[in-house]
Amino acid sequence: MEDLSLHILDIAENSINAGATNIEITIDEDSKQDVLKLEIADNGSGMDATSVEKALDPFYTTRTTRRVGLGLPFLDEAARAANGRLEIDSHLGVGTKVIATFQLSHIDRKPIGNMADTITTLIAGRPEVDITYRHGRDGHTVSLSTKEIRRQVDGVSLNSAETLSFIRQYLEQEEHSLEQHG
Amino acid sequence: MSKITIDDLAKIREQTRRQTTLRQGAGRVKMTVHMGTCGIAAGARDIMTAVLKEVETRGLHDVIVTNSGCAGLCSQEPMLTVETVDEPAPVKYVLITQEKVKKIIDSHVLQGNVVKEFALAVGSERTR
Ligand SMILES: Nc1ncnc2c1ncn2[C@@H]1O[C@H](COP(=O)(O)OP(=O)(O)OP(=O)(O)O)[C@@H](O)[C@H]1O
Ligand SMILES: [Mg+2]
Repeated sequence: MEDLSLHILDIAENSINAGATNIEITIDEDSKQDVLKLEIADNGSGMDATSVEKALDPFYTTRTTRRVGLGLPFLDEAARAANGRLEIDSHLGVGTKVIATFQLSHIDRKPIGNMADTITTLIAGRPEVDITYRHGRDGHTVSLSTKEIRRQVDGVSLNSAETLSFIRQYLEQEEHSLEQHG
Repeated sequence: MSKITIDDLAKIREQTRRQTTLRQGAGRVKMTVHMGTCGIAAGARDIMTAVLKEVETRGLHDVIVTNSGCAGLCSQEPMLTVETVDEPAPVKYVLITQEKVKKIIDSHVLQGNVVKEFALAVGSERTR
């Protein structure tokens, strides 16, 4: 994966595959602490302790179309390469929280990438799922909640090309101004 | 350019509502981008963005764009499945590029002609 936004999309796809109806995606950049933290939390089926333990092993997967599961091992590798780590907090029947930390200034820390495309893609695939996104950077924040958007469009499905395009443009604008505050 | 806010969404709401009513139910065509780990690593998200942009700029209100999990053919990613109401089986397109997206929309989505050179096989499985 080229950047963190692609990892985030991939991890959130796991949440969708686990039947989540609510996904919370958080990026926190703290230059004082020199930490970048990603968190993807869902209310999907969750995993028991043994499955969590196995989840970082590429030879563990519950999927049936391929014998290896790569999403979590890839993110683990990306975090380690930037002096960080991956943590999975999951409870069967409750949900899963995937937390990845990185040293913000580390030369091998992948760039964040295009979060506007990642969030738009997630909404397009599952317009009925509640997605909350927050990207904080040294006190400034970008945030988006599909619940709020649904209120704005008053019952119209979020899965229309026009609405998705609006969401993409809005996030591009917000991410861009967040960058200016660097 | 003035700043857009989430409140501006209300402005496009009526228009969107009319179009959504038009394609109510299943829609005429469903385009599914496969979004498993290998698909994403191979560029599936950019394909999704390209498909959405084409559908928007061409005003294809009877086309539903969605994504699904991995199709299990990692070396063929990115993949795009096209299903139309008048065809019995979905068509899986492999090694998709933005150029292929345009061609598939021109030929398959708009005229009902499968682009055989990009297609994997006419299978029987449906997307999720
Ligand atoms: N959010 C989640 N909720 C419940 N189970 C999960 C979650 N994320 C991962 N898992 C479990 O961990 C396994 C490994 O996940 P991983 O993303 O590494 O691979 P995969 O999704 O199986 O395949 P790939 O990501 O390569 O397409 C999954 O098959 C699933 O059983
Ligand atoms: Mg996965």
